[in-house]
Amino acid sequence: METKYSFVRKDIVSEQPPPLTQVGITGWLWRNLFSSMSNFTTITSSVQSILMILLTIWLLYFCGGQLISIIDFAIISAVWSDPDGLKRKVCATVKQGGELPADWYGACWPFIFAKKKFLIYGRIPDEELWRANLVYAGLFIGMGYIIWEKGQGRKWVGLGMLTLFPVISLILLTGANFDISFNLMIWTGTLLITLYLMGYFSSRNYLGEIFEQFSILFNFLALILFLFLALLVLFAIDYGLAPIDTLDWGGLLLTLLIAITGIVASLPIGIVLALGRRSNMPIARVLCTMFIEFWRGIPLITVLFAASVLIPLFLPAGADVDKLLRAVIGIILFSSAYMAEVIRGGLQAIPRGQYESAAAVGLSYSQSMRFIILPQALTHVLPGIVNTFIGLFKDTTLVSIIGIFEVMGIFRAASQDANWGSHVQHATSYLVAATVFFIFCFGMSRYSIYIENKLSRDNK
Amino acid sequence: MNALPARNTKTQSKMSVSDEVVIEISNMNKWFGHFHVLRDIDLIVNKGERIVICGPSGSGKSTLIRCINRLEEHQKGIIKVDGVELNDDVKKIDKIRSEVGMVFQSFNLFPHLTALENCTLAPVWVRKLPKKDADEIAMKYLEIVKIPEQALKYPGQLSGGQQQRVAIARALCMEPKIMLFDEPTSALDPEMIKEVLDTMIELAEDGMTMIVVTHEMGFASKVANRVIFMDEGQIIEQNSPKEFFNNPKSDRTKLFLSQIIDH
Repeated sequence: METKYSFVRKDIVSEQPPPLTQVGITGWLWRNLFSSMSNFTTITSSVQSILMILLTIWLLYFCGGQLISIIDFAIISAVWSDPDGLKRKVCATVKQGGELPADWYGACWPFIFAKKKFLIYGRIPDEELWRANLVYAGLFIGMGYIIWEKGQGRKWVGLGMLTLFPVISLILLTGANFDISFNLMIWTGTLLITLYLMGYFSSRNYLGEIFEQFSILFNFLALILFLFLALLVLFAIDYGLAPIDTLDWGGLLLTLLIAITGIVASLPIGIVLALGRRSNMPIARVLCTMFIEFWRGIPLITVLFAASVLIPLFLPAGADVDKLLRAVIGIILFSSAYMAEVIRGGLQAIPRGQYESAAAVGLSYSQSMRFIILPQALTHVLPGIVNTFIGLFKDTTLVSIIGIFEVMGIFRAASQDANWGSHVQHATSYLVAATVFFIFCFGMSRYSIYIENKLSRDNK
Repeated sequence: MNALPARNTKTQSKMSVSDEVVIEISNMNKWFGHFHVLRDIDLIVNKGERIVICGPSGSGKSTLIRCINRLEEHQKGIIKVDGVELNDDVKKIDKIRSEVGMVFQSFNLFPHLTALENCTLAPVWVRKLPKKDADEIAMKYLEIVKIPEQALKYPGQLSGGQQQRVAIARALCMEPKIMLFDEPTSALDPEMIKEVLDTMIELAEDGMTMIVVTHEMGFASKVANRVIFMDEGQIIEQNSPKEFFNNPKSDRTKLFLSQIIDH
C-alpha cells in the first residue's frame, strides 16, 4: 500500500515569466483598475462587474464635471489683472456696471492681489513688515533645515526652534518694551535665590534628611523661576521697536502662530496627561482624568468665548491678559486633552513585557518611559497625533468669531470691502482660504506618512 | 544535550557553591486579589547555586522568581536580596534590579533598538558607563552568546533563539550577581532550545548564581545543584537532581514526574 504514495521528482521545473496581468504597466492597471470589473464567470460576479463598470463611469463623469467647473472658475473664466485700477468694476457684469457678460462666473484675482499684504500679515503697519518677514524667514528656514535629513546638528537647530525662536519671534512681533513692574522682578529674583540656596544646601544634607528628598524639586522650581525672570527681563527691555498690538496681527502669520504654538505645546502636555492618567498614584490619575474629560466635554467655541468674554470678568481690575494669549492658552489646553487620549491609546498598545523588561534591567520609571515606552507608543500613534495636529490647524479658524483675524477671519473681513464688492468676491476668498489650508494640512499628512515609512523601515 | 569532556573538568573547577547567602526568603506570602498564589515560601540561595524550579502550570513558579526582583509585590514575609530587604523603597528596588538579571519566556527585547542598543541601554543609563565602554562590554557578551554578527540587527530580524540569546546578553551586560530565568525556552522551536540551553550551561559553568524556571528536565539533571518542585503555591519538595529524579519523596512529585516522562 505504502508504495502508492511514494513520489520522487525527476525533472526540476525551471523558472517561468509571470503572466502579463501580474507585472509592468498592464499588470498594475489590471490589478488596480480592472480586476474588480472583469469577472464574468458566474452570475453574481457578472452582476458585480457590471455594477462596478456603471459606478466607475458615473464617478468619472461626476468628478470630471466638478474638476472642470473648478478649473473654469479659477483659471479659464477668471479675471487676472486690473491694469486700469477699476477695482470692483473689473469683476462686475454688465448689469452690475462692469463689462463682463451677464452669466459670467469666475475668480476675481485682482481682489486677492490687492489684499495680499492683509492676508499674509494682517494689519501690521507697512514700515514694520520687515519684523514679520524675519519671523517668516526664521520659521521656514528653521523648519526646512529640520526636515532636511542631511543637515548637520539638526537636533540643536530643533532645540533652538523650540526655545530661542519663539522668544525672538515674540519680541519682534510685539516690540517688547512691556511695562513690567520692577517689584515683580525683585520678588521673583528673591524667591529664585531662596529656592536655589535651599536646593543647594538640602542636596548637601545641611537641612536634614527630610529636605534632602526635595532638593530636586527645589532646583526644578528655581529653574522655572529663572526662565520666568529671564523672560520678564527680555520683554521689559526697550529694543527700539515700535509696539504692535496683538490684535493687529492677522492672516496667515496669525494662523501659523496659533497652530504652531498649539502643536508644539499640546504634545508634551498631552504626554504628561496620558502618563498621569495611567499612573498608579490615585491623585495624579484622578486629576489628569478630570482635566481630560473636562476639556473634551466642551466645544472649542465655548472655550474661546469663555477666554475672550468670561475670563476678564474674573480678573482683578487692571490685570489684563492679552486676548490672543487667552485664546491660544484655551486652544492648547483643549487640544492637549485630545492629544493625551491619542497617546494613551499608544501606551495601551505596549505589551506589559516591555515595562517589565525595562524595569528588570534596572531602568527607573522616567528612564523606561523615555527610552522604551514613549518611543514605541508615539510611533504607534503617529497617524493619530498628526490627525490631532491637522484638526488643531483647522480649528484655528474658530478664533475669528472672537474678533481675532486669522486666515478665515481676514478673508471674511476683506470680502466686506465695498471697493471690491462683486458677486464672486466670497467664492474667490473661500477658494484661496481652502487652498491655503489644504496645502498645509496635506503637507503635514505627507510628512507624517514619510516619517511612518522611515520608522518602519528602521525597525525591520 | 551532549556534555563534552572538556566541559566536565571545567565544571568541577568553577561550579562550586559558596557559603555566602545571596537570596533569603522567609515565610513569604502573596495574593492576587483573593487568590493565594504563594504560601509560606522559605528559601535560602547561596552564591554559585544553580536552582531549577519545576511544577505544573499555575503553581506559582514564575510568580516566585518575579518576586525576587519585585516585578511582583509580596504581601507578607521577608525577601532579602544581596542583604537588602525588598520593600516600597523605589531606589532600593532599582538598585536590586540592576544586580539581578532576568530572562523572560517571551524575550521582551526592545523592538525599536538594535541588539547592541538593547545591551548598552542599561549600562549607559543605570551604570553611567561611557558609551564606548558599554559597547565593548555588550560586544563581549554578544560574543559569549555567540551572535556578535547580529549586533546591528533589530529584534524583528532575528530568530527566536537568537532573540533569547540577545536577551541573555542584555541581562549579563549589567554584570549581575544573580540571573533569573522565567521559562526561557518555552516559546522556542525545538531546534533553538539547544542553542539557548548551551548558553545557559556555559553561564553556570562560569559560576553564575542562577534560578531557572523550566520544564527542561535534562538541563535540570545536568546543571542544577538543587531542584525545587512547587504545586499550589507551595514548595513541595527540594533535593539534589539525582535524588529528586531517581527517588522522589512526595506523591505529588511522583505523579508530576511520571506525567512529564511518559507522555
